[in-house]
Amino acid sequence: MGEVKASKTYRDRAKSAAGKPAALGEDIDLSSYVSSAEELPYQTDLSQLPAPAKEQMLGAGVMLDDLSQRSGTYIQMDNTPVHSSVREEGVEVMPVSQALEKYDWVADYWWQAVAVDTDKYTANIELEQYDGYFIRTLPGYKTIFPVQACLYLSQAQLKQNVHNIIIAEEGSELHIITGCTTASGGEPGLHLGVSEFYIKKGAKVTFTMIHSWNPEVAVRPRTAAVVEENGLFLSNYVLMKPVRSLQMYPTARCVGENATVRYNSILVAASGSLLDVGSRAILDAKGARTEIISRAITTGGNIVARGYIEGNAPEVKGHLECRGLILQGEGMIHAVPELKGNLAGIDLSHEAAVGKIAEEEVEYLMSRGLSRTEATATIVRGFIRVDIGGLPPMLSTELRRAIEASEKELM
Amino acid sequence: MLEIKHLTVAVEDREILHDVSLTISMGETHVLFGPNGSGKTTLLAAIMGFPKYRLTSGSITFRGKDITRLSLDERARLGIGMSFQRPPVVRGVKTRDMVTACLRGRRDGKIVNELAAKTDLTDFLDREINYGFSGGEIKRSEMMQLLAQKPELALLDEPESGVDLENIALIGELINELLEKECPIVDRKCMGLIITHTGHILDYVDARTGYVMCDGRIGCEGDPHEILKTIKQKGYGECSRCLVRRIH
Repeated sequence: MGEVKASKTYRDRAKSAAGKPAALGEDIDLSSYVSSAEELPYQTDLSQLPAPAKEQMLGAGVMLDDLSQRSGTYIQMDNTPVHSSVREEGVEVMPVSQALEKYDWVADYWWQAVAVDTDKYTANIELEQYDGYFIRTLPGYKTIFPVQACLYLSQAQLKQNVHNIIIAEEGSELHIITGCTTASGGEPGLHLGVSEFYIKKGAKVTFTMIHSWNPEVAVRPRTAAVVEENGLFLSNYVLMKPVRSLQMYPTARCVGENATVRYNSILVAASGSLLDVGSRAILDAKGARTEIISRAITTGGNIVARGYIEGNAPEVKGHLECRGLILQGEGMIHAVPELKGNLAGIDLSHEAAVGKIAEEEVEYLMSRGLSRTEATATIVRGFIRVDIGGLPPMLSTELRRAIEASEKELM
Repeated sequence: MLEIKHLTVAVEDREILHDVSLTISMGETHVLFGPNGSGKTTLLAAIMGFPKYRLTSGSITFRGKDITRLSLDERARLGIGMSFQRPPVVRGVKTRDMVTACLRGRRDGKIVNELAAKTDLTDFLDREINYGFSGGEIKRSEMMQLLAQKPELALLDEPESGVDLENIALIGELINELLEKECPIVDRKCMGLIITHTGHILDYVDARTGYVMCDGRIGCEGDPHEILKTIKQKGYGECSRCLVRRIH
């Protein structure tokens, strides 16, 4: 298990925040989870991983049997990085502990986008740190295939701590697909994850994260991105499987002129799931742009769907679209779109809608010969199939396939 | 054949249609006139089978089968199709999805593209259905879906309303294709019932029977061109004194 070095300052700040509840979401009792897990052997040949684990990972978009369509792969099981590899020269993929040893400058990115004392979860990651992934594209390099990463939780009652650093150097292009999933047994667990993205001038990062947990798992990701001039951060998040409790509110800060951030989130809350998920964009530089789109469906669970755009510089533009669909009577969706403008000449807007499927729409489709079930399924499918621009066609196809696979369960 | 006998229809607790009867034989196109609120759309919706429109008495027979108790989608699958005056926007559902649904398994990408070209909607296939469509685009989209559906009975609710003159000609052509105008009546495999306010559509379609509906009743029946002339001259007030009257 690679233990990451850390400065005393971070430790001290983490200690002071060790009991600090998060601003949002139910409080998770960290003491009810175990911190240490059995260290697992390194896997050179990923096809040798147990079939059930591979199947679970595949369900979260991570392909292990054929790596030819990936520019790099990182697999972490519980708290052990069991594999990291690259297939393209312009990409680096390794455990973050290794990156900190290899490059002194990685420490300069450590806890810079996410504050270590944000809450007790970030503090815990610092205090009981294990590992995470380091993914970097070299200046000007554009990845041909996406990098894939999987964070896999298998040990019952485990607290999986992850700290990731992602850097797209100037003018580079990086596509990442991250699948987070559990062993199929439905055991309780907790995933705490910090992800810090640094998108340099003119760089482009697409980050597609598919969560496929189980109804007993609690999840507290803490993600932030810093986007420089003419940089692009496109974040796609898909959660269509049950989870006990998920709270996250990733923040992207546009610090360079004409930086762009786009978020797409697809959330499905089954009965018993408690989701509090938002996307936040802070437009600090002239001409920065953002678009936040979320689609939330409840089949019995509760969803708080948040969005926040803050405009702090001239000629910034942002739009937030939050739509919720209540498919069954017991579910709840609370849309909280927020806009904050701090000077004249900015252009921020939002639209939010929460409701059930309109009977008029179902009947319109039925008048074309679709049964009620088919009509409802068509509308739901249309609702969650957000048009995501900017993804390479292959990744776009894979994302659609992952959504389609879950749609069947949803219907 | 479509045969409606003594049909009474209520919406919630209010009776809208009273003792309506009409018959459309295979190959015929009939036209329904009437002032706003007279019950024209209610009649089409009741034939189509929308649940909100409750049939309290009478019967509807289509292709020799009593469909009075059939559901909306069952009637659609049996061969009844409807173009809506103001169809809903269905966010997320693409125009292409709707046309494909209308094909009912006749999956052929070519057909969809051909229909889109014919209705001048190629650029609309990947847009959400009816979202931001103009009046003319909505009507053409409705016709595209019906052409894909190929119903034996086409119910057209004001297909020319909100459409400019240039587009009316195209809509007229599309209706004629749907209702097989170019075929002799005896060879046609479809029927039409068209609601029109302005009567412009009569310049294009081959309609030989017209009705005037007033206050939920069919007041008169006859040559649609003659009826339109009378309406233009004397207004709907005169319709109850229509000379040609059929007693069912």
